[in-house]
Amino acid sequence: MDQDLKTELSKHGIFATSFEELYNWGRKNSVWPLTFGLACCAIEMIATTMARYDLARFGAEVFRPSPRQADLMIVSGTVTKKMAPQVVRLYNQMPEPKYVIAMGACAISGGPFRDGYNVLKGIDRFIPVDVHIPGCPPRPEALIHAFMALQEKISAQQLSGESRPRHLKQELPSEFPVPEFGEHGLEPAQNDEVFRNPLKVLQG
Amino acid sequence: MTLNEIRARLQAAIPGCQVDLVVNGSPSAHNSLLIDRQHGLEAARVLRGLELDYCSNVTAVDWPERVQTDKIKTKQVFDGVEKEIEQTVKTTIPGCLEVVYHLFSMAKKEGPVVVRMRTGNRTDDVTLPSLTPVWRSAEFQEREAFDLYGIVFDGHPDLRRILMWEGFTDYPMRKDYVPPPDDDLEILGER
Repeated sequence: MDQDLKTELSKHGIFATSFEELYNWGRKNSVWPLTFGLACCAIEMIATTMARYDLARFGAEVFRPSPRQADLMIVSGTVTKKMAPQVVRLYNQMPEPKYVIAMGACAISGGPFRDGYNVLKGIDRFIPVDVHIPGCPPRPEALIHAFMALQEKISAQQLSGESRPRHLKQELPSEFPVPEFGEHGLEPAQNDEVFRNPLKVLQG
Repeated sequence: MTLNEIRARLQAAIPGCQVDLVVNGSPSAHNSLLIDRQHGLEAARVLRGLELDYCSNVTAVDWPERVQTDKIKTKQVFDGVEKEIEQTVKTTIPGCLEVVYHLFSMAKKEGPVVVRMRTGNRTDDVTLPSLTPVWRSAEFQEREAFDLYGIVFDGHPDLRRILMWEGFTDYPMRKDYVPPPDDDLEILGER
């Protein structure tokens, strides 16, 4: 429906919407994050949910202790190589539609621990990330901003057509391979289906 | 009790025990004792008898093989004239792994007494006596030294990797550790 017509109708007390808008409006205001913290960023995430910053204003106060009941994974902190398979497994256990916020420098790239032998250099090597927040750790306002960015992303998703999101495309995976512990590191070191491999980008 | 007194006690109590004073030249002057590994466990029991009842920290040091260059001035006679000649002498110091224990006395409120032991080399002769039977607090930290440096502790009750996973074959805190090549692709791309 034309946006001008909708505005005109609303002036006359008529509310017009589409099923898609209504559906996304409901989804974006009821995101259930997974109770899941990895490092100091988790403390900021906890602060975000408490009275002062109050993530409940955005409909995400219900942190679920089970991945089966959650649809948002906030990767809050350093992902060690030893923890990475468990993070991917938790992601795989979440039902669609599911979203990921990579919170802080560590979750994005390894952060200050990037040179460490035990640190995964970004969770986007194994699972698709919807919103990245920089910061070490990001302020609660930054997490709220990321959450609002995610809400915008959800409300812009189309339920049909070629540009529909991943979870509505049958041929695209909803689970991603869990890396194994190898002799020298994780095997594979990244999932090329998900990760924007800089070597391949350079080679064109 | 000073380090030299402790050293004398150790040498008196254990015949044949070699104890060296490792001098720290920095302003802190935190000297330590290097005990030979054959008498390590016995020496630990003696130290515990000296009321060093608390082992707060166990860590390890990797000493790779290095070449030390010294300049030595010698006097030699050439054609009846004495000349001072500067010679460069290169000595190869073999590598080893070293484990460091920080001991305190709760009873006497003293410490730390720093005790070290060294392995024979960095490859196949890497066994040291475990001091866990003397100080229980050393158990997990000796496992950490085993995990990250590859020091094998003889007599340890449960010697497994503690931080890295079972099946990992490297020792990441050694100085010659190289991470797997596909670990940091962004850096590889810049090269």
